[in-house]
Amino acid sequence: MSASVAVEDRSAAEDRRAEDRPPPRAQAGWGRYAALAGLTAGAVLFLFPFYYMIIGALQKSPNTDISGAFPQPGNLTFDNFVAINQAINLAGTLLSSVIFTGGVILATLVLGLLAGYALAQLEFRGKQLVFNAMLLLLIIPFMLLMIPLYVMIVRSYGLEDNYLGMILPFAVNPTAVFIFRQFFMQVPQDLFDSARIDGASELQILTKIAVPLAKPAILTAMIVTFIGPWNEFLWPFLITKQADMQPLAVALGSFISNVAGSVANPFGAILAGATVLAVPAVLAFLALQRHFVQSNLGSGVKG
Amino acid sequence: MAKAAAAPTTSRRIKLLGKHPIGIPFVAPYVAFLIVVFAYPLGLALYMSFHDYFFAAPGAIVERPFIGVDNYTQVLGDPVFRTALGNVVKFVIINVPLTVALALVLATALNRAIPFRTFFRASYYVPYVTASVAVVGIWLWLFAGDGLVNTILGPLAPDPPWLVNEAWALPIIALLVTWKQLGFYVLLYLAALQNVPNELYEAAKVDGAGAVRSFFAVTVPGVRSATTLVVILATIVGANFFTEPYLLTGGGGPNNASISPVLMMYREGIEQGNAGYAAAIGVILAIGVMAISLLNRYLLERD
Repeated sequence: MSASVAVEDRSAAEDRRAEDRPPPRAQAGWGRYAALAGLTAGAVLFLFPFYYMIIGALQKSPNTDISGAFPQPGNLTFDNFVAINQAINLAGTLLSSVIFTGGVILATLVLGLLAGYALAQLEFRGKQLVFNAMLLLLIIPFMLLMIPLYVMIVRSYGLEDNYLGMILPFAVNPTAVFIFRQFFMQVPQDLFDSARIDGASELQILTKIAVPLAKPAILTAMIVTFIGPWNEFLWPFLITKQADMQPLAVALGSFISNVAGSVANPFGAILAGATVLAVPAVLAFLALQRHFVQSNLGSGVKG
Repeated sequence: MAKAAAAPTTSRRIKLLGKHPIGIPFVAPYVAFLIVVFAYPLGLALYMSFHDYFFAAPGAIVERPFIGVDNYTQVLGDPVFRTALGNVVKFVIINVPLTVALALVLATALNRAIPFRTFFRASYYVPYVTASVAVVGIWLWLFAGDGLVNTILGPLAPDPPWLVNEAWALPIIALLVTWKQLGFYVLLYLAALQNVPNELYEAAKVDGAGAVRSFFAVTVPGVRSATTLVVILATIVGANFFTEPYLLTGGGGPNNASISPVLMMYREGIEQGNAGYAAAIGVILAIGVMAISLLNRYLLERD
C-alpha cells in the first residue's frame, strides 16, 4: 500500500490550494447541466437513506409505503428513542463511545505528534529505520492481526471489558502520524534551529513552537482519527462481554442481532439508535469539513 | 583548551545518536506501539497458524503442539472457506468496477465549475463517516420483506426477500459497501484530477474531441495511479467485510450465502476457540490481498 502512502504524503496545504483553485474547465452549455443533474441524482442517492432513517426513527408505527417517506403529523413520536434507551442505555453506551474515542484521539495527538515531529525535523540514529519499518508494518491487513491481538489482549493481558484493551490496537492512528510528519516537513528547519541558538531546550521548542504551529494539522488529525473508533464495531465487539462497557455501535449491533424483537416497533428503535450513533459523526465532519482534505483519507480503511 | 576537549565528545555523540538525540525518546512510544500492535501479533499469527492453538479454560496448562501445515491444509479443504473466498471474489467483481466507474464520473462532474460544489462533496461523504452499524440499520429497513424497496418494486420484488435470498444477500452487501465507501473514492479522484494538465484537455478540444472522447482519452489515463490505489483499497475492503454479513444477513446467511472470511475467523477462532485455524485463514487471506495488490499495481501501472 505504498501507493496510499504516496497520496497521504502530499501536503495538506498543497491539497487545500488545489481544492480552492477554480475548476479548470469553466464551460457553459448542456455539459454543465448534465453534470449538475448527475451530481444532484448522486446527492439524492447518498442523502435519502439518512433522511429516511430520521423519518423512520420518528414513526409511531412503521410505514413502508411511499407515503411513509414523508413526515405525517399523525404518525410522529419520540417513543422509539425511549424504547432504544431502555434497551441499551444510550447515556452509558455513549459514555463508553466517548471514552474509547477520546482515548484514541488523545494518544494519537500526543504520541503521533511527537513521532511526526521527530521524523520530520530531527536528525537521530535509526530515523530512517523507524520510517521504513512503519511503512512496512502498515501494509499488514487487520484481519491477520485480529486473532493474535485477541489472544494477547484478552487471554494474555486479561484486558477484556477494559478500556485500555479497547483503545490499545487503535491507540496511534498511523494516518495522523503521516499528517503530522507531512505538516512539519513543510516548516523550515531554520525556525527550530534559531530557537536552539537562542538557547531554547528541545522540550521548549516542542511545546512553544511546534505544537502551536501545528494547530491546523491537529484539527485534521482529530477528525480523521475520530471516525475510526466512533464507528468501529468488530474490535470492541470482540473484547466486551459486559453490556455497560460496550460503545454505542456495539450495543446497537447486539440489539439488531439479538433483542430487536423485544420492543413494539423494532425498526423504529433500531433507526432511533442509528440516528444517535450517526449524527455526532456527521456533525463533526461537517464542522471540520475544510480540514478533511484528500491527503488525509485512508484512516477508515485499516489495510 | 577546554573547548577542544569537548569537541570530540560532541562529535562522537552526534555520530552515535545523531544531531538531535531527543528524537529517540520522541519516537519511542510510537515504535513501541508498532511493535506491540503490528510486529508482535504478526509473528504470533504465524506461530499460531503452525500450532494446534486452541483456547483452554483460564489457568489450565495445555499442550499446543507444532502441527506443520495441518491448519493450512484443513482451511484450504474446508468447503465453508471456499464459499467465503468465492464471496470475496463476487464482492470484488460487483464492488470494484462500480466503484471505479461511479467515483470517476462523479469526481469529473464535481471538478467542473458548478454551483453547490461544497454541498455535493459533503453529501457524498456522509455515508463514509457514518458507522456501518447505523447504515446496516437503515438497509435492514429499506430491504425488509415489506420494506420501501419492495413496496416500490411491487410484483418485481424477489421472493424470498433480499436479505434472506441466497442469490441476493451478497450482492446487497456489495452494493451497501460500494455506496458507503464511494464518497471516499470520489475525493481521491478529485485530488488526482487536479494533477491532470489543463493543456491536454485543450489539445483534445483542438483535435475535435467531445466531452465523452476527452473523458476516455485524457481523464481516464490521467488518473491511472489513483485508479490503482482505488482498486487496491476496494479489494482490501472486500477481503475485510464483517459487520454487514454479521448484522445485515443474520450471520452470513442464508445458508452461508453471504459469509465472509473475517466472519468465518470470528466463528472458528473466537466462538469455537480454534485460534490456530482462524490464524491460518488470516495468513492465507493476507497473502492473497498483498499478492493482488502487487498484481494490480503491475497491471495498472505498466506502460
